[in-house]
Amino acid sequence: MSGGLTLVVALPLLAALILILLSRLERRKGAIAGPGFFQRNGVAVGLYLAVAVGFWAFFIIVLPQLAMVDLSFRPKLPPSQMGGPKDIFTLENYRYFLFGSTTSTANWNWLHIKAFFLSIGVSILITLLNLAICYPLAFHMAQSAPVARLRVLLLLLIIPYWVNEILRAFAFRVLLSSGGVVNKLLMGGGLLDAPIDFLGNDVGLYMGLSYAYLLMMIFPLYNAIESLDRNQIEAARDLGAPWWHIHAFVVMPHAKPGIASGCTLVFMLSAGALAAPLVLGGPRTLWFTPIVYDRFYQAFNWPQGAAYALILLFACIVFVLAVLRMFRLSLGEIAR
Amino acid sequence: MAAAVELEGVNVTFGDFVAVRDANLTIEPGEFFSFLGPSGCGKTTLLRTISAFIEPTRGTVRIGGRDMKGIGPNKRPTALIFQNLALFPMMTVAENIGYGLRVRGVPRHERDEKVKNLLIQIALPEHGHKLVSELSGGQRQRVAIARALAVEPSVLLLDEPLSALDLKLRQHMRAELRAIQKRVGITFIYITHDQGEALTMSDRIAVMNAGVIEQVGNGRSVYAEPRTPFVASFVGENNAIRGRITQAANGTATLDTPIGPLTGRNPVGLPAGDEALIFVRPEALKLGGDPPSGFEGEALDVTYEGSITHVTMRVRTGQKITLSLGGGAAGILPQPGDMLKVGFEPQDGLLLARPERS
Amino acid sequence: MREGIVQRFSFAVYLGLFFLYLLGPLAVMAVSAFNTPDYPQVWPFEGFTLDWFGKLLSDGDMMYGLRTSLWIGVLVVLVSVPIGLAGAIVMTQIPVRARATYYLVVVSPVLTPGVIIGISTVVFWREFTTLTGMKFMYDGIVMTVLGQASFISAYCMLIILARLQRFDRSQEEAALDLGASYPQVFLHVLLPFLKPALFSAAVLAFLSSFENYNTTTFSILADKTLTTVLAGRVRQGTTPAISALAVFIVAVTVAGALVYEVMKRREDGRIRRRQQVAAKAEEAEFSGTPEPAAAE
Ligand SMILES: Nc1ncnc2c1ncn2[C@@H]1O[C@H](COP(=O)(O)OP(=O)(O)OP(=O)(O)O)[C@@H](O)[C@H]1O
Ligand SMILES: [Mg+2]
Repeated sequence: MSGGLTLVVALPLLAALILILLSRLERRKGAIAGPGFFQRNGVAVGLYLAVAVGFWAFFIIVLPQLAMVDLSFRPKLPPSQMGGPKDIFTLENYRYFLFGSTTSTANWNWLHIKAFFLSIGVSILITLLNLAICYPLAFHMAQSAPVARLRVLLLLLIIPYWVNEILRAFAFRVLLSSGGVVNKLLMGGGLLDAPIDFLGNDVGLYMGLSYAYLLMMIFPLYNAIESLDRNQIEAARDLGAPWWHIHAFVVMPHAKPGIASGCTLVFMLSAGALAAPLVLGGPRTLWFTPIVYDRFYQAFNWPQGAAYALILLFACIVFVLAVLRMFRLSLGEIAR
Repeated sequence: MAAAVELEGVNVTFGDFVAVRDANLTIEPGEFFSFLGPSGCGKTTLLRTISAFIEPTRGTVRIGGRDMKGIGPNKRPTALIFQNLALFPMMTVAENIGYGLRVRGVPRHERDEKVKNLLIQIALPEHGHKLVSELSGGQRQRVAIARALAVEPSVLLLDEPLSALDLKLRQHMRAELRAIQKRVGITFIYITHDQGEALTMSDRIAVMNAGVIEQVGNGRSVYAEPRTPFVASFVGENNAIRGRITQAANGTATLDTPIGPLTGRNPVGLPAGDEALIFVRPEALKLGGDPPSGFEGEALDVTYEGSITHVTMRVRTGQKITLSLGGGAAGILPQPGDMLKVGFEPQDGLLLARPERS
Repeated sequence: MREGIVQRFSFAVYLGLFFLYLLGPLAVMAVSAFNTPDYPQVWPFEGFTLDWFGKLLSDGDMMYGLRTSLWIGVLVVLVSVPIGLAGAIVMTQIPVRARATYYLVVVSPVLTPGVIIGISTVVFWREFTTLTGMKFMYDGIVMTVLGQASFISAYCMLIILARLQRFDRSQEEAALDLGASYPQVFLHVLLPFLKPALFSAAVLAFLSSFENYNTTTFSILADKTLTTVLAGRVRQGTTPAISALAVFIVAVTVAGALVYEVMKRREDGRIRRRQQVAAKAEEAEFSGTPEPAAAE
């Protein structure tokens, strides 16, 4: 596949060419003045900037994504046949996702389709739930907490922030498994005769997901609300606005970028979560990410795995675009 | 000896906007030269062109007789004192002052010696180890000057260095800057929008307006012999009255204005029939008597300041005219509401062509 | 305060529940690390033991994984901080019309699920190293560093960019004007100004790398890191040794957070002292002290 290699070389060069032409154009129109890129940074530093950013943008971000797209449209072949006559573009991997077969379209692949939509739907619900849980605290920290308390609160939030996803899931397992703390407490208190299977009915998974990404919601919210001038709230209050009105029409519109960025992060992390479903899922649990994982490490079908990953990525892109559209924001405002 | 700085047909444009238009100028070695003009007239732009942060769109900049085209800011024999000082916050005072020597590879002990001397010169000998954030405004000012002087530039460029200071300190620093310039003997190019600053400190002043250098001369000539209406009204207080010239001869002319005929000097030789402005300084206007040019108006506001009394009056056209009466007039101070008769001598009136715009 | 007692009470309850939810599970897990039964349990507390920590230390795979994770963390810092720095500087210099596209490209990894980043990294590099004959590059550690660098560099860039936007360009010009070369300006002026942001970025990069699972599980190939070993262990069965590991990690982060807090307070104190000194100098200037040097 030497075409691919040509692309690897051509794409960065093309981008460099476009950038040079653009800066020439802007210079001619007087939009920018002063020294050019290499003159301004010096040759050594300029070279470092160009190489580091070029490597990052192309070899770490863009080309891998393109390679994944490319692979998802190819059949699974042994290495010896790659690039051979059988290595053609095909939709069979996507067909498999929909119909459970690479050739027939007779039956729907309900298991995967359901898992996909369930993951997306549950992730959206978890996102909303976390927003509801975090908003009051974020507002309190940003607008009314005294400095000393704020420091303590921030510290309490930062400590669990760095605990790894697997350990968080594990903590919930300790808590919710049949021999876990919650069941023991309930049975010890005489409220239950037999343990509830929290993990088998996915309650554990959903709680674990909400728990794992709680802090991804609170920090963006906090940052956004903090920049709101307190006087605006005071003014609204003096005008006799009820508290819900203040939140709905003063605070939330201001915190829009924070809400959008928190929601995007929580959704993306939850829909793409791998550790929580592996640790907290029961045998019948449906979640899409472990299915993607299995394409690679159980079915050893990389092209199919790539296709599944792209389907997930597509869902995330749609979600981000929907959030941006809904809040009328630009990408720059939510990824700060 | 070659001129310290020469500008020849220098133009600077940003897109369609002309920030500096056709600047021609020669600044002599050892001169204290000021650019005076309102905010946004292109002073900073011109200074940055001299120090190479801006390439002129057209024209030549020469320093010490050498064409500076293609010579970067770090290679020019100039040092710039920035409008905001731009001291390095992460370095100590001594490191700031020694920075130019450090990048020139001056050995450490030599550098330390020189920095020590400079600290003494700016009266901060004990402050070398401090960070810039521990200094007062005036001290920072002096550090910025020392930092620039350390590299022994042939031209020092100062961009409104005193604008951030308190009034009292500003006046003190004016004297100090002037003294430093006398002592080190290098060319200072100084930017300000404060005419008092320009008049007290400079050997010569260039008055700028909207990217154009309108007049160059020493303080007296710029004040007493303005050659454009802008200079006449920007440098010092001035009253301007419009009219049409009825007769012109022997360097004087008479202007027919709505408040009567007024006679003044006509240095540029405007011919009869031209639209023109006549400028009269507030201190040239006298009360009463029977001067060659006179008019009447109603006193609106009288402010007594001891040696001087400021009077604002309104003439028939509704225009406001200001007078500054010397201490001798104290006995017959007008009151608001009085009808006043004022006038001036022909040598105190100045006729200049009306600019097309306005 | 206009809030009524009821409102205040219900907020206190909410706050209590929030932190119970946030910290409770971790506390339970922590306690189980010191309890003797070999199933992680809190209650009844049958006896205090540190055995589980000992088990942790003698777990060869876990220790191997820890070493790999530390290595990868260090490498990611070394790769991502310079890339993030370059990314931020380029952001301020790129032609205006290309800026939005550039931003979209370099920030997209932050909004892409980690598994997808891991997958795309191995897919591309498997092919690329095969085609160019650099098969030795196709290694778990290299792949993981590259995969993690994609989004960690973006974090670093955002941190550095925030500080860079407060940079006063005239400082750069002042250094140039004093005769510094371009690399000198970069080293003496820009980097020292960005130092706090670079430090934060490095800490964040290390921690993000150390705790990452989603990307790593794909990109590590046949190798192991602490998180992948841990995931395997957790799936096999539940033992208090895992709780012990969690306690260890929490202890390290708490210590880190406290050190950071103390350092921050010291720095704040230093800044306050400087401002006081400056205010005093300012006063001396106005009280007409003839030689400001004598004021000290
Ligand atoms: N890089 C630039 N791009 C576009 N326009 C510019 C640029 N730099 C300056 N200008 C414009 O050129 C004009 C002159 O600016 P300059 O900074 O030289 O004014 P100034 O006389 O120094 O004013 P001030 O007293 O406010 O410092 C202003 O109208 C300004 O908006
Ligand atoms: Mg200026």
